[in-house]
Amino acid sequence: MANIKLTNINKSYGSHHIIKDVSLDIKSGEFIVFVGPSGCGKSTLLRSISGLDQVSSGTMEIDNAVVNDVPPSKRGIAMVFQSYALYPHMSVFENIGFALENQGLPRAEIKKKVEAVGEMLQLTTYLTRLPKALSGGQRQRVAIGRAIVRGAKVFLFDEPLSNLDAALRVQMRMEIAKLKRDLPNTTMVYVTHDQVEAMTMADRIVVLQAGRVMQVGTPMELYENPNSVFVAGFIGSPKMNFITGKPADKLKAKTIGVRPEHFEFSKTATDISGTLDYTEVLGSDSFLYVSTPTGMLTVREPGRTQYKTGQKLHLKPIAEHVHRFGPDDNRL
Amino acid sequence: MFKKFSLEPSRIALNLAVLLIIGLWTFPTAGLLISSLRDKNDIAASGWWTALSSANVNKKTHLKDMADQVEKDGKFTISGNVFEGADAVSGKVSAFGTKVQAPGENAAGANAALDGGQSLVVNPDGSYVLSSPTAFTADNSGIRVFYISSQPPRFTLENYQTVLFSEGIGRSFINSLTVTIPATIIPILIAAFAAYALAWMKLPFRGLIIAIIVGLLVVPLQMSLIPLLKLYNAAGTFMGVPSKTYLGVWLAHTGFGLPFAIYLLRSYIAGLPKDLIESAQIDGANDFKIFRRVVLPLCFPALASFAIFQFLWVWNDLLVAIVFLGSGPDQLVLTGKLNALLGSRGGNWEILTASAFVTIIVPLTVFFSLQRYFVRGLLAGSVKGG
Amino acid sequence: MTAQILYAFFTVLLGVGGCFGYFYGSNWLLDRTFPANANNDASAVRNLRIQANIRPWLFLGPALLLLSVYLIFPVIQTVYLSFHDRAGDKYVGLANYKWAFYDDQFRLSIFNNILWLAVVPALCTLMGLIIAVLTDRLWWGNLAKSLIFMPLAISFVGASVIWKFVYDYRGEGQQQIGILNAIVTYFGGDPQVWIALPFWNNFFLMAILVWIQTGFATVILAAALRGIPEDTLEAATIDGAGPFKIFFRIMVPQIYGTILVVWTTITVLVLKIFDIVLTMTNSQWDTSVLANLMFDWMFRGGGDFGRGAAIAIVIMVAVLPIMIWNIRQANAEQKGH
Ligand SMILES: Nc1ncnc2c1ncn2[C@@H]1O[C@H](COP(=O)(O)OP(=O)(O)O)[C@@H](O)[C@H]1O
Ligand SMILES: [Mg+2]
Repeated sequence: MANIKLTNINKSYGSHHIIKDVSLDIKSGEFIVFVGPSGCGKSTLLRSISGLDQVSSGTMEIDNAVVNDVPPSKRGIAMVFQSYALYPHMSVFENIGFALENQGLPRAEIKKKVEAVGEMLQLTTYLTRLPKALSGGQRQRVAIGRAIVRGAKVFLFDEPLSNLDAALRVQMRMEIAKLKRDLPNTTMVYVTHDQVEAMTMADRIVVLQAGRVMQVGTPMELYENPNSVFVAGFIGSPKMNFITGKPADKLKAKTIGVRPEHFEFSKTATDISGTLDYTEVLGSDSFLYVSTPTGMLTVREPGRTQYKTGQKLHLKPIAEHVHRFGPDDNRL
Repeated sequence: MFKKFSLEPSRIALNLAVLLIIGLWTFPTAGLLISSLRDKNDIAASGWWTALSSANVNKKTHLKDMADQVEKDGKFTISGNVFEGADAVSGKVSAFGTKVQAPGENAAGANAALDGGQSLVVNPDGSYVLSSPTAFTADNSGIRVFYISSQPPRFTLENYQTVLFSEGIGRSFINSLTVTIPATIIPILIAAFAAYALAWMKLPFRGLIIAIIVGLLVVPLQMSLIPLLKLYNAAGTFMGVPSKTYLGVWLAHTGFGLPFAIYLLRSYIAGLPKDLIESAQIDGANDFKIFRRVVLPLCFPALASFAIFQFLWVWNDLLVAIVFLGSGPDQLVLTGKLNALLGSRGGNWEILTASAFVTIIVPLTVFFSLQRYFVRGLLAGSVKGG
Repeated sequence: MTAQILYAFFTVLLGVGGCFGYFYGSNWLLDRTFPANANNDASAVRNLRIQANIRPWLFLGPALLLLSVYLIFPVIQTVYLSFHDRAGDKYVGLANYKWAFYDDQFRLSIFNNILWLAVVPALCTLMGLIIAVLTDRLWWGNLAKSLIFMPLAISFVGASVIWKFVYDYRGEGQQQIGILNAIVTYFGGDPQVWIALPFWNNFFLMAILVWIQTGFATVILAAALRGIPEDTLEAATIDGAGPFKIFFRIMVPQIYGTILVVWTTITVLVLKIFDIVLTMTNSQWDTSVLANLMFDWMFRGGGDFGRGAAIAIVIMVAVLPIMIWNIRQANAEQKGH
């Protein structure tokens, strides 16, 4: 059991201020996801927690102890890298057992623990193989096995699925979710730029932009009550529509945001009218791309659509689902 | 994409072009090899390429003199053979003459009329008959004869015997190994540790240290000899030990080899994936352990390529050995021994050629046994994904 | 003989073992003195930090010590001597450098060095590149490359013997035993004393270094070529590029970094070139280069340490820009990943 507490964390590389005054409270046993566009500082923040990078200022606490000056190996953390970082010249067994070896455990105990982890991750038959003789998913499991075997209190994942193909990614997503269930006391911090991963796995999501925390909350909180244009646009797929001008003025906002599924069609002309440019039919849903004076809008319709390309459409946002944002892009 | 075997004209041209270049590159060495297998007189007498085919050689000899004349039917004859020694078995006379200007005036077997009614026949097998109507006198016998002899290729291992069985060469061989093996391994070890520290460890002045080491690549070796020699002598006197020791020469070679070793190894080690090192750190390995268990096995190719360079350099070195080692039999290295051999025999080509080959054998063996790592090692740092 | 081999064996073991012993021993001692597995977490963390501060110097120590003694100390000594007179005890300011500036032999050596610099690195790299490309697609390419590499394994003394058989000169009418003169006379030309032809003899000496170093360039460039993703070549082929276009526009840009590394390495070597000139001509017939000039002033008849030292400094300063460029390049690469 370990909680993680970040207080006013800053991190600079020379004159580049990468992490800007981040404060976070991660509860014990929580699965928390850092999400944000590439280069926003997610990895840097994760590495600061791990101790691989030193923070420039602020306090980092793990399990209620300040760890600013504690080296990675003494922080009780385990980390799964995007590249897996398996030792290419060591067998799967040695890879998983390396950390135990460093703790000076006796051979027999290492063997017992590694085999137990191997069983848990269905790696038993591969223990003698070198990493290069494994498939992508198996390598991923070895990387996770290395984290599990040490019994670390905190797991850190840095985009662990981004090297896998789409199908495998879905499968591994489920496996990590299962892992979370099996290790309910382990705090997990997971970094991704993929909001779908964030939505599906997280207990809570931390949205980062340019080194700042934009919003923290459960997936549904972020979806339903994004506190800024950035968060609103980042969470949800397809993206939320942002409308400025007269429809926004009417609601006394600089910008209003409407998710694609929150439009109704009107027979009569509305504030938001346009022509249907293009349709994507997915079977379960259809996405209509409507070009209007305020820009291209995406509209989701369940099932098939009866509208034809080139047709004039009149759109009306469902009132209770309209998000209003002020001139500073924050929620009103 | 590219088929390896095919007979398109462009592929034939390609093969020919490469063959041509190979020929150009190997013919100097081939010359050395062939020369080393030739008789020492032949080396200086004719080009090595002539040794492969039957060669026409201009020779001269003095015929026997009046003491050997035989009288028969009022005619006097002197007979014998122009060939001596080894030539008698293999040589073949194609033409002969009595004047320098025309050594091939008469075909072998033909009767040549000489002054004073004398006549001379030299047969292809070298036998000759000189006849005269009058008795030979001291003035007109023992004359010079020039002949053109065609000789088949002739090779000998004599030169190698001279070199290999010269006194103390075996000892020098051992001495060379005693110098070379530690002088290869020690710098590898020291440089690898330093390279790791400079690539992955946190330490002050890292950039400065790297810059200085790379800068030291430019120091000409000859420059440091005298200051070091003085230092060695002072240290030897101070500590009451001989100044010329194996330890001294190992350290000298190590010192001179370090800049290149660190330069090469650092770029390789720095090119290892960062995640790998950090993962080991999180796994609780200290830097010594990371170096031993993760870095060392992974940079083996770079180690091998530096080992080749350093081995070649130390094995072929003469200057450092002369300066830092004694010339007694227990310290004289192979290059020094051969140098001495040359000096005492006045720069003889046959010694040079054979000994050059004797010294090449060891480095070539090392090169061919390590070459598959060599390429990968050098590549690192300069090419992604190497 | 057995006794000698045993003695040599133990000497080697002692030397190598001592080196291993230092690294194992010192690190073991560090781990013992500041145990990181101590039960008390706070002290373990403190010990780890102490370890992290000391260990780099354990790793670097031997290297820094040896570099200081064998290279830095002589360099400082040489700088000092270059400002002193022939015996090394009277300060003469820049006199040695001034002397060098007006000395004909020095100017000649500089000129020759520049000639070497202009020709050898470029030629080695070019030949290496050509051979690498040609052998890349041959099934016997590795054998070919090994043959090209072989001269690198030959000592300079051996190489000079080999090349004497190429450049040897015999008087007119005599049979030539040097192959170059044999070829020239075969085609009706006059035999030449190749290594004594002023100016041109430089090129005959350079040929030797090119012969030795091309193998190095070939092996490295061939490996770099191997690293080019095959699909870029296929894409170019599909785009209708001919072999030359593929070579110059697709291959060369992708291995440009390696080409520069090869070129720099050989350049540094050329600036220090010494052995070939010593064994082939001994600086006669206007072939002197800086390193040989320095050697002559330091060890031979010259006997003027100050002047020799000044020349050594000139050599080092001349290579410096290349090294700085190289460091920049290395740093840029470092940032790249
Ligand atoms: N070692 C470093 N030195 C300088 N800048 C760095 C370093 N590591 C990361 N950065 C910069 O910090 C920013 C955030 O990087 P990172 O945390 O890796 O982003 P991401 O959110 O994609 O994981 C980037 O702009 C990157 O260029
Ligand atoms: Mg990242």
